[in-house]
Amino acid sequence: MSKSPRLKVHVDQDKCQGHARCKSLAPELFELDEFGNAHEIGDGTVPEGLEEKAWLAQSNCPEIAIDVTEE
Amino acid sequence: MSDPARVIDDSAPARPDHPPVADWVHDFDHTDPRWTENPFPIWDELRAACPVVHTKRFQGCYLPTTYAAVREIAHDTEHFSSRRVVVRDERPEVTRNAAPPITSDPPEHKPAKQLLLPPFTPDAMKKLEPRVRAICNELIDEFITEGSCDAAARYTKHIPVRTIAHMLGIPEKDGDLFVEWIHMILELSIKNESMLAQAVQEMTAYFVGQVEARKQRPTDDLISTLMNARDKNGQPLEDSHVIGSLRLLLIAGIDTTWSAIGSSLWHLAKTPADRERLVAEPALIPTAVEELLRAYSPVTMAREVMKETVISGCLVKPGNMVLLSFPAANRDPAMFPDADKVVIDRKENRHAAFGLGIHRCVGSNLARMEMTVAIEEWLKRIPDFRLDPAGQVTWSEGTVRGPRQLPMLFAKAG
Repeated sequence: MSKSPRLKVHVDQDKCQGHARCKSLAPELFELDEFGNAHEIGDGTVPEGLEEKAWLAQSNCPEIAIDVTEE
Repeated sequence: MSDPARVIDDSAPARPDHPPVADWVHDFDHTDPRWTENPFPIWDELRAACPVVHTKRFQGCYLPTTYAAVREIAHDTEHFSSRRVVVRDERPEVTRNAAPPITSDPPEHKPAKQLLLPPFTPDAMKKLEPRVRAICNELIDEFITEGSCDAAARYTKHIPVRTIAHMLGIPEKDGDLFVEWIHMILELSIKNESMLAQAVQEMTAYFVGQVEARKQRPTDDLISTLMNARDKNGQPLEDSHVIGSLRLLLIAGIDTTWSAIGSSLWHLAKTPADRERLVAEPALIPTAVEELLRAYSPVTMAREVMKETVISGCLVKPGNMVLLSFPAANRDPAMFPDADKVVIDRKENRHAAFGLGIHRCVGSNLARMEMTVAIEEWLKRIPDFRLDPAGQVTWSEGTVRGPRQLPMLFAKAG
C-alpha cells in the first residue's frame, strides 16, 4: 500500500490581506504576524491527518493567497 | 445636570428629488424604500441584465453586482480611488486625512493602515473577549424577564458601542452621542449635506477634547496608541490624521457590527431549524457567522472613478462614483452555490463581507468576535425566540444595512 502524498501549504505574502480565515480554520498550519498577516508554520508541511484543514483554508481565503501542493 | 435632548433638524427637504425607481437597470437607487426593505431580488434582476449598471442619480454612479466585477474594482486602486467612500446626492469637497486609511489610496494607505492593525489582531481580540461576554450578559439581564424586547434597541446596538468605547478608552455612557453622529453621517446626510458637516464638526470637537486630556494624562488605550504612533521618519502623526482615524474607528465600529449581529438574530428568530441546530451545536457558531456575514453583509463601500477603464466588459467613466456592493457580490450564484439560501454549515465561503484587497476591514477580527459572542450568549440564555408578529422589523437605509427595529418574543425567564 503506497503512502498518500504529503501536502504543503504556502501563503503568498503579496496577496494576503489579513482576513485570518486560514488561522481560524487551520491553526495548526498557519500563524499570524503582529499585523495579522498569515504565513505557513515551518516549511508548510501538512502533518498527516490535517489534509482536509489545508484544503478548507485554501478554499476559504478571499484573496486566493494559499497554495496547496502535493509532494 | 443632564444634557437637553438632542434635536436633529431633518426638516430640510430632501434635494434633489428621489422619485420612485421605475427602471432598476438604468436608474437604480439604493435609498429607494424597496431596496431598503428587500434588496436581494433587485440585485438578481441587475445581475441578469449586466455586471455593471449605471444611474444618473447621485451625479452619476455605477453598481457592479457580480463577485468578479466587485473583486476587479476592489483590487484596482489605480482607476478607482477611495478619496470618496460614500455615495451621496452632493459631492462634498475632498479633505486631506478625512478618515485614514479608508479614504487613503496608495502610497499613503499602507503606513496609515499598519498603525491600526496590531490592536485588532485575533490575539488582541482574545483579550477583549471576556469584556464583550460581560457586556452581552449585562444587556440580557435588563430584558430577559420581560418576555419581549426590541433586540435592536436593547441588545445589538449596545454591544459594538460599548466595545469600541472600551477600546478607545472613552466613557461607555457617551454611546448615545456616537450613535446619533453615525446616523447623521451614514444615513441622514445622504440627502441632507449639512448633517454631514454638523456631525463631523461635533465628532471632531469631541475627539480633540479626548486627545487634549491624554496629553495631560497618557493612557494605554487606542487613542493613546494613535497619539504615540510614529511615521517612518519618527515623526508623530498630524493631529488631523489622528482625529480622522478616530472618527473612522467610531463610525466603522458601530453601525456595521450592530447590523451584522441584528441580521443574524433576525435570521435565527425566523428560522427555527438553524436556531435549534446552533443551540445543539454551539461549536458550529463560527461557521454560521461566516454564512450570516455572506448572506446579510452589512457594508457597501464606494469608490470614485478616476480614469476610464473596462470592468467585466462594461465601460466605466471618470467623474462617476461606484457603489461597491460587497453584499451583492456575496449573493452571486456564479460564485456561491445556493447563493440565495442561508446554508448554516457552508464549508467553502470566500465571502467579501469585509472587502477584498488592500482595504480589507481592519476590524474584521473584532466584528467576528463580537458576532460570535453575541450569538453564543443570546442562545445560551434565550434558546427559544421568534419575531413578534405584532411588531415590525425595519431596516436602515443606504450604505450599511441592518435591522433598526427587531421586536422579539421569548419565554419570560425567572
